[in-house]
Formats: sequence, structure tokens, C-alpha cells
Amino acid sequence: MSKIPLQFRHNGREVAIFVDGGTNLLVALRELIGDMTPKFGCGQGGCGTCSVMIDGELHLSCLTLAETVTGRSVETLDGMKQGPNLHPLQRAFADNFAAQCGYCTPGMLMAAKALLDRNPSPSRDEVIEAISGNICRCTGYEPIINAILAVAGGRVSA
Amino acid sequence: MAVTVKTFASASEAAGALSSDRSARYLGGGTLVMRALNEGDVSISTIVRAQDQALTRIEASGPRVTLGASVTFARILAERDLSFLHAPARSIGGPAVRNMGTVGGNLFAPNPYGDFTVALLALDATVAVQGGFGSRDIGIEEFLQARDRQAGTLVLSISCTRPASVEAFRYRKIARIKPKGGSVITLAAHLPISGGRIAGARIALGSMAPTQIRARAAERALEGRSLDAATIAAAASAATEGTSPSDNALGSAWYRREIVGVHLRRLLSGQE
Repeated sequence: MSKIPLQFRHNGREVAIFVDGGTNLLVALRELIGDMTPKFGCGQGGCGTCSVMIDGELHLSCLTLAETVTGRSVETLDGMKQGPNLHPLQRAFADNFAAQCGYCTPGMLMAAKALLDRNPSPSRDEVIEAISGNICRCTGYEPIINAILAVAGGRVSA
Repeated sequence: MAVTVKTFASASEAAGALSSDRSARYLGGGTLVMRALNEGDVSISTIVRAQDQALTRIEASGPRVTLGASVTFARILAERDLSFLHAPARSIGGPAVRNMGTVGGNLFAPNPYGDFTVALLALDATVAVQGGFGSRDIGIEEFLQARDRQAGTLVLSISCTRPASVEAFRYRKIARIKPKGGSVITLAAHLPISGGRIAGARIALGSMAPTQIRARAAERALEGRSLDAATIAAAASAATEGTSPSDNALGSAWYRREIVGVHLRRLLSGQE
């Protein structure tokens, strides 16, 4: 079966790859582009660790048909750091012990960024709602919620 | 296994491709079809897509509301005119799933999913579908009863009448995990009031049968009566009639039968 050419913006950079029909965006990012920040968790839309932003909107890359992002902008955790500096959310996650095993962290950070891009000063309930599609088995969520609120409250600088 | 992806500009071309190929599935938001592919479902060899603007249209200004099949739950939540559908839309997934999942796809979502369809069933929605022979409108109940045989038809849009008041339409999803979790049971009630009495009650239940169903015995207990304690008690005690819930990881069939009347009573009496 012939491969399908696919072009899109990956963290601000134009990329062009060939995918098999039915390839999901997570596989395309990890195996064809080499961006290992989005993780494979459940493949069902239940865990959120593959979360990426497509045109600024939070999506699950494992449930996104790769070719649907043609001409669109895909942002992953890999594009979050600001030069040599961590993004304020990454700094806050470190400061608040919001990552333990770290497997959920890429998805949590994308979900948090999607929230703060739209709503820079969310309430605690809005933070909980924003990460409700992301499962963390280590932290019990409280450190993650506190980290996001710390950024929202301006208590973290890059 | 690689599949063939066919993308069409119009819904009618996509419907044609879908009806002529038994192994073709329509890709909406991806939350069902991509999941099936990720799990290695070899029954799908063709994915059909349509980039038809008509599928993403929302008509919400008048008394009759029409949602294109590709309208996502996030878009419903962003639409002030659709506030009566915000509770069911918000009860689905997390933000990413709501950015992806569509109204049309939800009609096909098996238990413990398909919560939005419970709301649409209570609202007596009409489903516009296109098969190989043209388009037609089907009542949502008829659509759901034949859902397993609908794979070859493309859902174009879903329409329903706006409830007369906030109190006339109620929705409740029971989940173990909050704010997001699969449904133990889902309930929706449309209770139009005429001259102080209920006229045209519709109660819909999710996870109480293989597809979303109406609780007809409960509806009969409400019909023509005022919504007082005795009427609510009668409806609640009739809630299990005609249901056939299953066991799953979220709850047993026995548990579902035990709680459905309790939650229907709470829904009808306006309790949190």
C-alpha cells in the first residue's frame, strides 16, 4: 500500500513525512519525527499522556489520524521550553514535586498550557477540570494542581 | 495493518463510499474509530472522511436546534444558545475528548459511553442520515434500535426542539470518578408542562440496556400528572421496567437496577 505524504508545522518548524494509511499522530511524532515527548499510554483516549495541541486546541494524538493535521500546527512538550530555559509550567512542576514517575507529565503540561493559554487565571476547579482527562497514578494530583495554580498566580518566573 | 483513507469534499460522496464498502468506517472525531484501529480491529480496512462544511454547522437561534454530525462537544459548550445541552456535553471525557468527539459519533458510542445520546433521546431528536439511496430523517429511537445495521449510513445532522424552560429538561450522569469517568448510569428527562401537568414526558437511560433506552413505564407514571412527591415516587419505582443492564467494571447489573430509581427520583425532585 502506498505511503501518504504529510506536511505540517511541528513546534513551529515545517516537517514533511510519509505515513501509512491509518497511522495515528502519536506514532508519526514518535517514530517518524523523533519527538518522544508525547507518550503512549492506553491508545483509547482514557489516560491523556499523548496530549498535544493542534492549532492551539488540546487533542489526543493517539486518536488523531495523522493525515488530518496536514497544513496545521502541532505543539508538543518538546516545543514548550523557551530556549535554554524551562517554561514556567515546567519550572512549577519541578518546584512543586508535580512529577514522580513522569509518564503523565507531558500530557499534564500540555493540558495545563491549553488551559492557561485560554484562561491565564483559572480557579482551582477550572484547573481540576482542565486536567480531568489526564491520569496520574503517582502524585494524587494535588502537587500538579498546585503547580498550575502557582503559574496562574504569577508565583513562578521562568 | 495499513488501511485506505478516502477523503471526500462532500458528505454525499462520503456516504456513497461508506454504503458500498462493508469494511469502511466513517471517521468523525476519531475517539471511536482510531481507538478501534489502535486495538487492531481488522474489520476496518477503509476509513472514509468528509470535509463538508455542512457537517459542522450549528443552527441554534430558533426553537428547533440542528447540530451537524461533526459538531464537537467543545463547540456546544461554547454556544450560549445551546445551554440546555451544556450539562450532557460537559459530562463527556476531558477537554481533549470534548475537542475531538462529535455529536454524530456519540450516537454510535457503546456502553459506558454515549451520554450525549441519552440527552438527545429524551429530547426526541431526529437523525438525518444519508445512505446509498439519498438522505432521510429517522427518529432517534428507531435509529438506536437499528444501530448495529447503521454502519453503512452517514449521519448528517441531529435536530431537536429546544425545551420550553430550564426545568423542563434535566440530565444526570452517575460516575465513580469526578469530574470525568465512564457512566454507571445516565439519565435524562424531558418534562413539558401544560396547564400544570406533564404532557409528553420522555425519560431516557444510558447503561441500562445494550443501547440507550426510554423508561416508558416511568413516562406513563408521569404523564398527565403534576410533578408531586407521589408522582415522582411512582415514576422512580417503575424505572427498571424494560431495562436489561449488564455487568461491567463500573458497576454490576444488579447495582444499576438498584440505583436507577433512586437517581430518577433525585432528578425529578431537583435534588443535587
